[in-house]
Amino acid sequence: MSAKLVFLGRLEELAGTDGISVDVPLGWAALLAHLEEHYTPDLVETVAGVRVKVALNGALIAEKGGVVLAEGDELAFLPPVSGG
Amino acid sequence: MSDVRLLTSGFDPAAELSAFTAAHPQAGGIVSFLGQVREGAGCEALELRHYDPLTLPAMQDLATRVRGRWALDGLLVIHRSGVMLPAEPIVLVAAAARHRRDAFAAADFAMDHLKSESWFWKREKTGGQWRWIEPREQDFEDIARW
Repeated sequence: MSAKLVFLGRLEELAGTDGISVDVPLGWAALLAHLEEHYTPDLVETVAGVRVKVALNGALIAEKGGVVLAEGDELAFLPPVSGG
Repeated sequence: MSDVRLLTSGFDPAAELSAFTAAHPQAGGIVSFLGQVREGAGCEALELRHYDPLTLPAMQDLATRVRGRWALDGLLVIHRSGVMLPAEPIVLVAAAARHRRDAFAAADFAMDHLKSESWFWKREKTGGQWRWIEPREQDFEDIARW
């Protein structure tokens, strides 16, 4: 049973990958702990910060602290955009 | 109807604008904006990344907002994703309206919102090194005008 995490923009550089698979169920605090264990403190601090938004299965989440990942979910971390 | 496209390969802005114009003979005015990769300052390439579940749907929502705010005959929004070289087109917006003021304002609004709210992440290659580009303060000031 797994879900996917997607790192956009410069988060991909911080994570060293554009996406990883994680075991579920997984709540927000456990997710941060998992990232802390396997990746840089920079990544954890950035994804937990106010400037990074998250989308669960393509829908933006207002309160990322309430996220609980289930089988097949895709959670994307979205740093500030810079288009055009 | 709006024509909103997210492209992962190059496009010909002149041909697109020509086709858009031909499709809207009833419009008295067509305003367009073309954004291209700036040459100079050591820029070797620009890359825009997008996220499939969000990027195109949000561009379509933006087009709907523009259509709701100004009386347009047509709206064209084309945005590139992927690696582009200097002088290559990144974005083309065109608005067709009976009268020019609606067309100017709609194209301006669409561009400001594409720049600051669309789901794109940009990095630039200079001296063989890729560097992510953070949003500019000016982009937030631009959007605050509306």
